[in-house]
Amino acid sequence: MPEKYHISITPTPPRFTPIGKVSAIERDGCLGCAKCAKKSCVYDVYRNRSFDSKQLLDTMDSLCKNCFRCVQECKGRLISRSINPEYKRLGDSYWKPDIIATTWYQAETGKIPVSGAGYLGPFTGHGFDSMWTDMSEIVRPTRDGIHGREYISTSVDLGRKLVNLEFDKEGRLVSNLPPIINIPMPIIFNVLPFGKVSKNMRLSMAKSAAKLDIPMLIEAEEYFDELASYNKIMMPQFSIKTFETHKELLEKGGIRLAEFIYEENIMEYVAQAKKINPELIVSVRLRLDKKADDITQRLINDGVEIIHLYADYQGNEHDAAQPRFIKDMVRDIHRQLVAKAIRDEVAIIASGGIGLAEHLAKVILCGADAAAIDLTLLIALECRVCKRCTKGLSCPVEMEKIDIKWARRRIINLMGAWHSQLIEVMGAMGIREARRLRGEIGRAMFLEDLERDFMNAIMCK
Amino acid sequence: MSNNNLESVPGVAPAPSRYRNQISKYIIYRNDRCINCSKCVEVCKAGVHQQIGASSFSRPQEHKCIGVSCNACVDQCPEKALTVIINPMIEMLGDYRWTSDLILSTWYQAETGKLPPDGLEYCIGNSGGGFDRLRIKFPENPPIELKSDEISTSIPLNRRNDNAHRVEIGLPVYGGGMSYGSVGLSTILGKARAAKAWNTFTCTGEGGYHATLYPYDDHVITQVATGLFGVREDTIKRVKIVEFKYAQGAKPGLGGHLLGDKNTPDVAAMREAVAGTALFSPFPFHSVYSVEDHKKHVDWIKAMNPKALVSVKVSTPTDVDMVAIGSYYAEAHIIHIDGSYGGTGAAPNIAKKNIAMPIEYAIPKVHNFLKAEGVRDKITLIASGGIRTAHDVVKAIALGADGVVIGTAEMVALECVRCANCESGRGCPRGIATTDRELTHQFDPEWSGQRLINLLSSWHDQFVDILKKLGMKSVQELVGRHDCLEYEGVAIHGK
Repeated sequence: MPEKYHISITPTPPRFTPIGKVSAIERDGCLGCAKCAKKSCVYDVYRNRSFDSKQLLDTMDSLCKNCFRCVQECKGRLISRSINPEYKRLGDSYWKPDIIATTWYQAETGKIPVSGAGYLGPFTGHGFDSMWTDMSEIVRPTRDGIHGREYISTSVDLGRKLVNLEFDKEGRLVSNLPPIINIPMPIIFNVLPFGKVSKNMRLSMAKSAAKLDIPMLIEAEEYFDELASYNKIMMPQFSIKTFETHKELLEKGGIRLAEFIYEENIMEYVAQAKKINPELIVSVRLRLDKKADDITQRLINDGVEIIHLYADYQGNEHDAAQPRFIKDMVRDIHRQLVAKAIRDEVAIIASGGIGLAEHLAKVILCGADAAAIDLTLLIALECRVCKRCTKGLSCPVEMEKIDIKWARRRIINLMGAWHSQLIEVMGAMGIREARRLRGEIGRAMFLEDLERDFMNAIMCK
Repeated sequence: MSNNNLESVPGVAPAPSRYRNQISKYIIYRNDRCINCSKCVEVCKAGVHQQIGASSFSRPQEHKCIGVSCNACVDQCPEKALTVIINPMIEMLGDYRWTSDLILSTWYQAETGKLPPDGLEYCIGNSGGGFDRLRIKFPENPPIELKSDEISTSIPLNRRNDNAHRVEIGLPVYGGGMSYGSVGLSTILGKARAAKAWNTFTCTGEGGYHATLYPYDDHVITQVATGLFGVREDTIKRVKIVEFKYAQGAKPGLGGHLLGDKNTPDVAAMREAVAGTALFSPFPFHSVYSVEDHKKHVDWIKAMNPKALVSVKVSTPTDVDMVAIGSYYAEAHIIHIDGSYGGTGAAPNIAKKNIAMPIEYAIPKVHNFLKAEGVRDKITLIASGGIRTAHDVVKAIALGADGVVIGTAEMVALECVRCANCESGRGCPRGIATTDRELTHQFDPEWSGQRLINLLSSWHDQFVDILKKLGMKSVQELVGRHDCLEYEGVAIHGK
């Protein structure tokens, strides 16, 4: 058995007091009871609270677990709670406060978020929330599940695979095997959607990616020499323009992957890059819009190895009045490629709106081989998605000052938690290999199908 | 009430909140202009204001206040000394599935045995799908006029009519499995008391059979789950129903997990485990990889307790219908499907949200399939996983279930606030889902039993009322009556 892929986590507290969900409100008028409700707090919140004078925050807002006991027991009825308005303001319509808070938790602890009670959220929702993953019941665990989760592999391949191998009369292999890279978990670090990205941030991303052994995309013009030690996982991204000025990057030792932003004649440049480095595996980055289906098929016919389909940072189709969501677009493209029997010739990376471990599993179920993540990495480093940086304003969590070691640990913790969660859902599905998760819609359920199949009979007309 | 196999109607008795400050939807302020004229006491129909002596009032019973739709006390106070506002804290209570209104109305029913006053939603939550988009479709006039005492809410659990016990329960509802360890004894015994009072069942969960449950043997289901914790020949022989738990809706395909802190010496003794260690129930049953293997388990139970009813509890994957038919052929009496939004003492959030389908889809799927296979009338279909209210029960039955299992609703009746911290540290801070010596002493089984009796009583009245409007003599007539439902459908985004 090969060595097990393991991500070591290190608890890494945030630098700033997180924005808590709760606002603790207390009125004056303490009666000074001998048996004070605050003293019996199960979580010792009152004993541990302090005032963060820098951010003007009561640490209680993030420590309180909202059990209402002090509220209901205080003899003077002095204590109450409300939702912290700052918490509600976190993020945006897609990157909701819950996503941000759970990402912070995972980056700090490296643990799977666990809780009691049933699911507290809405029945269904936009995007990834309108599908469910399946599991395997008593009739099917033999398929894979018998071995337990320690045998589940999350590794996937990037590169072109031959449909068949050819041999000569003597039985010698004559097919030219294209280069291929195996990554131990189906994640790639994407270029970041916004934010002033400092050298330290790039270095910490590179160090985490190297430790995790997964690729990291970087705009070719942003590459700097200290990154050279991580060339094995560096994936420089070129446009036609930057290729001319930065193609010498490909001559550097160790670079195995590169990405080109799609344009009409992009394959000519891909060919040039391959001439510089024949072992290079090249991805073409393609906007998910109306034309993406056709271009994908053409690129495959032209021999592309990886296609990186990217939606906007909220997972929506580009340039569409009524945008489709990434899961539906990837699913459609995957299905068409399967129908044309060319799906296996290419690896597909999907990105845009991948914010939770479940999104990773779901986008793979819809047909991607791997996902690229971006904003999530910033959130792991305490980003509040306030987007002040996009207006040239200061960052409330001083992203420019991050310490490399701290940031590396936070990113690795988050990936550790995601990896464990991917294994959880795969274990439940009875799927032992991430490769087999791809496009396995027999292990997915879609809202529209369930509505049609079971509820049509009682639907109001 | 002979229709419900009950010797007498279980006694509803007040079981007020155990906390001195009740959380209420409205807050009432009385300022110092008050002249103690007691006009407010006189005009309030809900009994919010109470005078003590000539010159003082007890604190207003704000949880009974029906709010601004009434406003009688505010309007009629000669000194304008009263103000009623919506409690700003209410936003902190509850979630999409269990809104603050649902929690407060369940508390009210558990306290009084009656429906809450106007202004509190007690039927649906705000999840935007499933039960919250289903409506019961009432005819303008009932097809037949029925009196309340002609209407039966009882259902049989043995529809095979074989040699096993002919169990009939007084309500189409029984209590879900919660192990000793995941919850404390005051909770377990309260559930058992209510089960006995309403001639229905409670379930031990996977943690063994506590001796204090012995007086309730005829109302206890004992669970055989993958860890086999606390399963002994004696426990199998005690009961009328044995439940195989293959999976749990909140975490299908994953095992159970009792955190070390909750594994007290007492809990460990029952489970024959070492105190303080985390206990895992694996997934799946490592001795069951086919329906034939399952049949072997059933035979094993029947060798010990030939008259036991067998229930098979599974979650709701796409092939749940195949599992149901397999269970039928392996001689199950009850197929219990547990939907994905069900409760748990501890589960990964990713599992609670994503794995397997909500029960609202699984019920018609299984019901229709069993019907097509021609065996629907030979097996009892029980649904759980997100049944919060009496209306949810009725909808589940109209979708195709014979009855339901509840869990979270019971917890809420015992004043759970859904803070979801059941699993952390010492367990539930409110003393429900914990075995911590200090925390469990917050209430006793008398109180918890009465709260649950009251809740079921209010549900019973609602069942009768609904069946009366539908012109049905028995809740059994409602099974699979899709024509009694209206469904608004779920908005499908970006398609």
